[in-house]
Amino acid sequence: MASSSKYKFGLLWSVGFVAFALVPVLMTSRYQMNLASHILIWGLFAVAFNMLWGVTGMLSFGQALYFGIGAYSIGLFVNHAGKAWYLPAIPIGLVAAAMLSFLLGLLVIRVSGVYFTMLTLAFAQLAWQVTFKWYDFTGGDDGIQGIIAPGILANKMVYYYFVLVVVFISVWFLKRLAYSPFGLILRCVQQNPNRVRFIGRSVKMNQLRIYVISSVFAALAGSLMVGVDNSIHTDMLFWTTSGEVILMSVLGGINQFFGPFVGAVILILLEDIIGAKTEFWPIFLGTIVLIFVILFPKGVVGEIQHLRHRLKIAGESGGRHETHASA
Amino acid sequence: MKPMLRLEGLRKSFGGLRVTDEVSFEIQPQEIAAIIGPNGAGKTTLFNQITGYLAPDGGHVFLEGQEIAGLTPQKIVKMGVGRAFQIASIFPDETALDNVRAACMSKLNQTRHLWRPVERFNRATEQAFAVLASLGLERQADRMAYELAHGDQKLLDIGIALVLEPKLLLLDEPTAGMSPEERQLTRQLIKQLWAQYKLTLIFIEHDMDMVFGIAERIMVLNHGALIADGTPGEIRNNKEVITAYLGEEA
Repeated sequence: MASSSKYKFGLLWSVGFVAFALVPVLMTSRYQMNLASHILIWGLFAVAFNMLWGVTGMLSFGQALYFGIGAYSIGLFVNHAGKAWYLPAIPIGLVAAAMLSFLLGLLVIRVSGVYFTMLTLAFAQLAWQVTFKWYDFTGGDDGIQGIIAPGILANKMVYYYFVLVVVFISVWFLKRLAYSPFGLILRCVQQNPNRVRFIGRSVKMNQLRIYVISSVFAALAGSLMVGVDNSIHTDMLFWTTSGEVILMSVLGGINQFFGPFVGAVILILLEDIIGAKTEFWPIFLGTIVLIFVILFPKGVVGEIQHLRHRLKIAGESGGRHETHASA
Repeated sequence: MKPMLRLEGLRKSFGGLRVTDEVSFEIQPQEIAAIIGPNGAGKTTLFNQITGYLAPDGGHVFLEGQEIAGLTPQKIVKMGVGRAFQIASIFPDETALDNVRAACMSKLNQTRHLWRPVERFNRATEQAFAVLASLGLERQADRMAYELAHGDQKLLDIGIALVLEPKLLLLDEPTAGMSPEERQLTRQLIKQLWAQYKLTLIFIEHDMDMVFGIAERIMVLNHGALIADGTPGEIRNNKEVITAYLGEEA
């Protein structure tokens, strides 16, 4: 049973990789490759975010802060220290995100539920304000333009494959994590934090760990975005960016590992299609998302899994339930 | 030999209400003892103080001679005190196996592994299966905990505590909400587990068949105070106990 689902997963995984890898070959315009890059990067960001929310039950409304750190690390180093700093700025940004998320994490995990959500939002908005106002250092509302990746990465197609590989490795790592003992404890923290203490584990310590891990991957996604658009902007730190990954997770399904990734595909394609047709796109997008959420409360992937589960139970009915569970 | 558990003048108040009133007793290794008393007598509150969920206002709790009052639940669990709850405290969206396996991995210090899948941890998996088997739950291993019958959820809660290999196991109303048949099975099962795992066992229970059937010793709490402590025979004939349970006219 476990091996067949593993086989299916491997198949889906390969199909996904090949599909994304074929985009530059099959595309009819460069814009499609740009769109695919956005999907990959937001997909990683959303999956990393959902390790907090769907897995551990911590609804952060401030992951834009770390997304922004990843992007601004590159932008600021290139702007103030020179082009040679582009690549070193990526690990520096990740370390900065790790350190900041550790320190802020110590504060925000002291509270839970809606208070946690509001506190994460407050810190992210604070960072956005600083970035917005500190014109001389960050470029303020103008952002920073013309940041070109070094060497062969300046080639758009090479950069696309770079993004593809980094995203797939990162998502693979997070997938392994989700089904590891650590992932199991995180799910236990969400379902029954009190019991976690009575099996000898600290709830706060595990929350802090996943907060740091999720934030580092948010920063990685932010840093990948720089080379796609060649510019960064304060919007990356704005609350709407945090809101976007929440929306993607809801659309795809927060209780499924790949739900947020599928949500990213849906949301970005919808934004693109509707945005091309009308300037009132937010109204239409909002309406469509609303209908989605009402029709598929478990998210798209969640509803598909639910349907499969029900079909399986229907197929097994007749008492076989008791006997097949021998491991 | 040091007593497994010793309480000395334990005190706790909620506002003006004394919920634990100078409670002192000793439990020897491998004893099986019951705590009884009317609703609101402070039985669960006593468990909460022994396991670190609540800090006592005063007094001492010694586990094998070592003070544990005021320590965190995590520390106390690691020192060998396991606990199951009045309302089954399980992880509803995990399989029965993973409920027990999570606890087992915690004991084996494996919960920081973030690469290898849970199924590949053979030692934890074997131990979790062994515990499920000793509870008669091995056929439910792959079912989600929320799908299990109420009685099986109560047993699963005990399984989570058992896999930690506690020296001292505290069970809070293990048969609460069970049918008479389930109660009888659970009664036998708990006695069997007590012998098999060489546990020191304290349980809170309202089911008198269970209390007088398997406890070697019975402690009676009323209004937070220990009003009687003795063998089942002694408790059965204790005037104060009869008054506490049945009122003055009895």
